[in-house]
Amino acid sequence: MTDQAYNFAYLDEQTKRMIRRAILKGLAVPGYQVPFASREMPMPYGWGTGGVQVSAATLTPDDTLKVIDQGADDTTNAVSIRKFFERTAGVATTDETDKASVIQTRHRIPEMPLREDQILVYQVPIPEPLRFLEPRETETRKMHSLEEYGLMHVKLYEDVSQHGQIATSYAYPVRVSGRYVMDPSPIPKFDNPKLEMDAIQLFGAGREQRIYAVPPWTQVVSLDFEDYPFEASKADHACDLCGAGDSYLDEVITDDSGNRMFVCSDTDYCRSRRDDGHTGRLAGDAT
Amino acid sequence: MAMIDISGVSKSFTLHNQGGAVIGVMENASLSVAAGECVALAGASGAGKSTLMRMIYGNYLAGTGRIVVDGVDLVQAEPREILALRRETLGYVSQFLRVVPRVPTLQVVAEPLLALGVSADVAVARAAELLTRLRIPEALWSLSPTTFSGGEQQRVNIARGFVHDYPALLLDEPTASLDVKNRATVLALIREARSRGAAIVGIFHDAAARAELCDREIDVSAFAPQRAA
Amino acid sequence: MTPLLQVRDVSHFYGARIGCSDVNFDLYPGEVMGIVGESGSGKSTLLNCLAGHLPPDTGEVVFDTRADGPTDTVTMSEPARRMLSRTDWAFVHQHARDGLRMSVSAGGNIGERLMAVGARRYGDIRAQATDWLGRVEIDESRIDDRPSAFSGGMQQRLQIARNLVTGPRLVFMDEPTGGLDVSVQARLLDLLRGLVREMGLSALIVTHDLAVVRLLADRLMVMKDGYVVESGLTDQVLDDPQHAYTQLLVSSVLQV
Repeated sequence: MTDQAYNFAYLDEQTKRMIRRAILKGLAVPGYQVPFASREMPMPYGWGTGGVQVSAATLTPDDTLKVIDQGADDTTNAVSIRKFFERTAGVATTDETDKASVIQTRHRIPEMPLREDQILVYQVPIPEPLRFLEPRETETRKMHSLEEYGLMHVKLYEDVSQHGQIATSYAYPVRVSGRYVMDPSPIPKFDNPKLEMDAIQLFGAGREQRIYAVPPWTQVVSLDFEDYPFEASKADHACDLCGAGDSYLDEVITDDSGNRMFVCSDTDYCRSRRDDGHTGRLAGDAT
Repeated sequence: MAMIDISGVSKSFTLHNQGGAVIGVMENASLSVAAGECVALAGASGAGKSTLMRMIYGNYLAGTGRIVVDGVDLVQAEPREILALRRETLGYVSQFLRVVPRVPTLQVVAEPLLALGVSADVAVARAAELLTRLRIPEALWSLSPTTFSGGEQQRVNIARGFVHDYPALLLDEPTASLDVKNRATVLALIREARSRGAAIVGIFHDAAARAELCDREIDVSAFAPQRAA
Repeated sequence: MTPLLQVRDVSHFYGARIGCSDVNFDLYPGEVMGIVGESGSGKSTLLNCLAGHLPPDTGEVVFDTRADGPTDTVTMSEPARRMLSRTDWAFVHQHARDGLRMSVSAGGNIGERLMAVGARRYGDIRAQATDWLGRVEIDESRIDDRPSAFSGGMQQRLQIARNLVTGPRLVFMDEPTGGLDVSVQARLLDLLRGLVREMGLSALIVTHDLAVVRLLADRLMVMKDGYVVESGLTDQVLDDPQHAYTQLLVSSVLQV
């Protein structure tokens, strides 16, 4: 039931075409940041305006949409965006990773491996991985075009020299298909190995007006030093609800006396495991 | 063939900032010094002894003529050829010591050898030997010579000029401001250089030294320009 | 011997105004050449043209590259020129903050060029950075400090370390001792002389300080109004200047 005042998925068709062209170019040049004419969206910057525009240009009436924020379907941002598309596109929505054809995400990749008929859309705050050390956009573009990526390792060097290890734990830079260095958006580095997947990955940065993409089955290498290799780390626990030992965990403070619990950040993954009968340390205490 | 061979050299200074005055100081100077020979430049003060010596070193530009040292004509040579000549062949003990502040004396003296690629320990050992011989107290070696007395600076300068066995040597008043003992040491150094085959051109106001060391004297006044009037 | 750098008819114009005009010279391996002149004489314009920061309007800047021998850097591709400028070339800015990354530690500053040419072992990079701090007389314990915590002289020495760590063959220096205290200048000059000799560096040094060139440069080029008015052996140009302007310049130096 599309609201009569809006075109399907809010954006007009010309805008969606423009965005699709940027998406196709991004897929053709994996990891390359394609400039696009980002539109004003009915939400503030930082709330996923880039991801929403990419989703809007990607959705068809037959799609099933899932929206997650930090892995959860029920946070404000996820709920708002899901409702936005329910209202403006009238598409079906779901919490189940398995049933979604388009998944918009902020800061996570679902635990369940995605399939080739799925599209993962990332919300990106700052698309430029070199920004930390080189503020000039003219210069970073030149560095990308000439593959001058020494600076990326300076960032990692600084990490090791200050913390004794590569302390970057999210937005961990990767090299895509042996060419472009890319910011995978602020996903935890635990998710980096999953960037090599069967699904299409699209990245939208609304404020910065950039779209980039990783096609299915593309090589994605996390940058590191030979003597300080990349490690996909997570909290050294199992989920206290579903018992999963292989999922990324959120730490939750449960009372004023310092008690805490660790739970899957991917709420759908956790629930489906519990539905299958898995239990964790505190499974009886919470629902 | 002579180590140092000068012919038809003239020199004038044009003072552009003083109405373009042209001051001729030398005309048709000629001089030849063979290996193992020591020649004194003589003549009254202002006759052009230092000017001629500086031209031989390439420090002043000759107007015309040829100044050939070990086969290199300094009047025509490229800067890098002159530098190579100075590094390997042509030593110069001037009256003034010019060094980078704060560089230790031992280093200052060893530097010509280091520039030749001699290893640091050999160069420093040779420098130490010369400084000892010239009676510079070891306590001063680690200090910059810029703080030294005139006589000490002069001896550091001499040590620097003799640290490498240059086949050709230019000496500008090497014994000035030295006491008897040090004067004797410097004269011995010059004699040794001559007997190992160095061609030496010197300016000595010290008549006794001149008489003792030099095979010939050249009166530079003979090269004074013929002034009109 | 092939010159390391051959400069042919290099000119740069700012509209109708001359930046530098018809500059020609050869620089051989191991040579240090000073370029002096007053502000506006075109010496910095020339240096920037030679270092690839400013495109010359005419002329060639032929560098003897390791791979292909003498190659005109003006017409070479930008990636190739940028590669040169982080491997075989070095540029020391007058203001250290123009040549350093102020938000990156001293070690990271030195390591950047190594990482840019493919160094991927942290331990090696760290060891080289430590070694270079020692060579430029900065205490090793400062390796993780940012340059903003350094004095002006230390910043300048760090800039030099950062530039020389990849063993360049040609160093461009723009007023390397400008703005430093006299005592700090002397230390820097001594350091530069030592590095030039040990590494067999060739260098082009732009300065208005005649004392600096006398101590550092083998050869000297004097510029005025964009033109080279005199060149030669440094001590010869300073002690027996031929051109009216050089005579004025030399006679204007205050005696200490």
